[in-house]
Amino acid sequence: MAKYLLLKHYRGAPKPVNDVPMDQWTPQEVEAHMKYMRDFAARLEASGEFVDGQALSPEGTFVRYDGEGRPPVTDGPFAETKDLIAGWMVIDVETHERALELAGELSAAPGAGGEPIHEWLEVRPFLSAPPTIAE
Amino acid sequence: MDEALLRALTPAVIGVLVRRGADFASAEDAVQDALVEAVRAWPDSPPHDPKGWLVTVAWRKFLDATRADASRRRREVRVESEPVPGPGETADDTLRLYFLCAHPSLTPASAVALTLRAVGGLTTRQIARAYLVPEATMAQRISRAKRTVSGVRFDRPGDVATVLRVLYLVFNEGYSGDVDLAGEAIRLTRQLAAGIDHEEVAGLLALMLLHHARRPARTGPDGRLVPLAEQDRGLWDTRMIAEGVAVLQAALARDRLGEFQAQAAIAALHADAPTAEETDWTQIVEWYDELVRLTHSPVARLNRAVAVGEADGPRAGLAALAELDPSLPRHTAAAAYLRERDGDLVTAARLYAEAARSAPSLSERDHLTRQAARLNARLRG
Repeated sequence: MAKYLLLKHYRGAPKPVNDVPMDQWTPQEVEAHMKYMRDFAARLEASGEFVDGQALSPEGTFVRYDGEGRPPVTDGPFAETKDLIAGWMVIDVETHERALELAGELSAAPGAGGEPIHEWLEVRPFLSAPPTIAE
Repeated sequence: MDEALLRALTPAVIGVLVRRGADFASAEDAVQDALVEAVRAWPDSPPHDPKGWLVTVAWRKFLDATRADASRRRREVRVESEPVPGPGETADDTLRLYFLCAHPSLTPASAVALTLRAVGGLTTRQIARAYLVPEATMAQRISRAKRTVSGVRFDRPGDVATVLRVLYLVFNEGYSGDVDLAGEAIRLTRQLAAGIDHEEVAGLLALMLLHHARRPARTGPDGRLVPLAEQDRGLWDTRMIAEGVAVLQAALARDRLGEFQAQAAIAALHADAPTAEETDWTQIVEWYDELVRLTHSPVARLNRAVAVGEADGPRAGLAALAELDPSLPRHTAAAAYLRERDGDLVTAARLYAEAARSAPSLSERDHLTRQAARLNARLRG
């Protein structure tokens, strides 16, 4: 088993296919989307592949150390152009293929018109400690 | 093995050790050791006086740990095993612990963790789970808190308001995993109310009961937020509401109003309405006026503006809102709601979507997104 981080991107990724803001969906479409996300997590819990997941607020700030005695540099309140993360999920799966398969499924959550939103997801393997016993 | 009994006895036993001069951290460790021994020994030979037994064993553990000489230990053990402490003393010892755990030198997070551990008798693992942090992290937080208060001389009760603040924080953490923190906060506040005669302790207890009674109606089966007006009032716990109202009335009768009593009065008026439409908004606005006078809290002002909107119409509510800082949490959501009631659906939809983007929790974000989607669908259709 290997752990993968699935990152949902607010910005920075190429434009998704079904790019309609959520508040413009019908209430039924919003409902269907939320149900899909809940069911997805529940199914992975049942299969033992779910580790953790959280939604994140859209506000984010880049911060950097700027030298002795100086306050850290931040990028200011203008965050429109940066790549920000909407939420993440950690899964623990058998293979890299399975991780890609699940990410694809998550990206197919229904959106406007009940059509998949084709949202971009980034799949990142966790680095782990080397095995204690090597064959 | 009666776990509830052990948990209930823990604070009193720590209190006895602290009163006898043990420092807090050693007292707590000694009692934990005694509890482990109780789990082992009690099933075979249950003690007649569980508290006396625990005090005896914990005191012995404490003396062992501080390497007291053997003769002194025998003497202390003999002295303790005879008299059974009276109930008045028990209450005092527990109170002492409340004030120690809520000591102003602790950060709120540490004070909460220490209170749950020492007064509530929860295990570090249970507290860690309730706060969704690793057990090692919580263990560190608790031992740091113990070190902070280890030098504190403790001979008289501190500030009741600090203790109430800590219990209020525990209550607001709500529910997660195997420990219901809201229920735990109620249990501890009841215990405090039994030991101390203070109108705001009663006010806080009433507030917790009145909120807790409505909890089953507050979320739908899929975890979604159900706003007060749409809640199924049949799910409210009427017995708990009746108790909350009785506790509040007794407190108000003392004519020393405080912020918790005022908040409880507002909760009582909501709980009292058979339907949302029959809510006595005029009285609620009056209580918010009291609350603003007592706390100057911007959150109270914001809630007051919404209540004004219900009592005197959305225009009045919007006027009250206009006087407040727009960067206040939930300001945009309140504006969206009042705009909708005023018939300005276009602005309301825009504000709901904006409020959703800055919502502090996922369930609120989902709720506000649904509101925006609902209005936009209506505007299109």
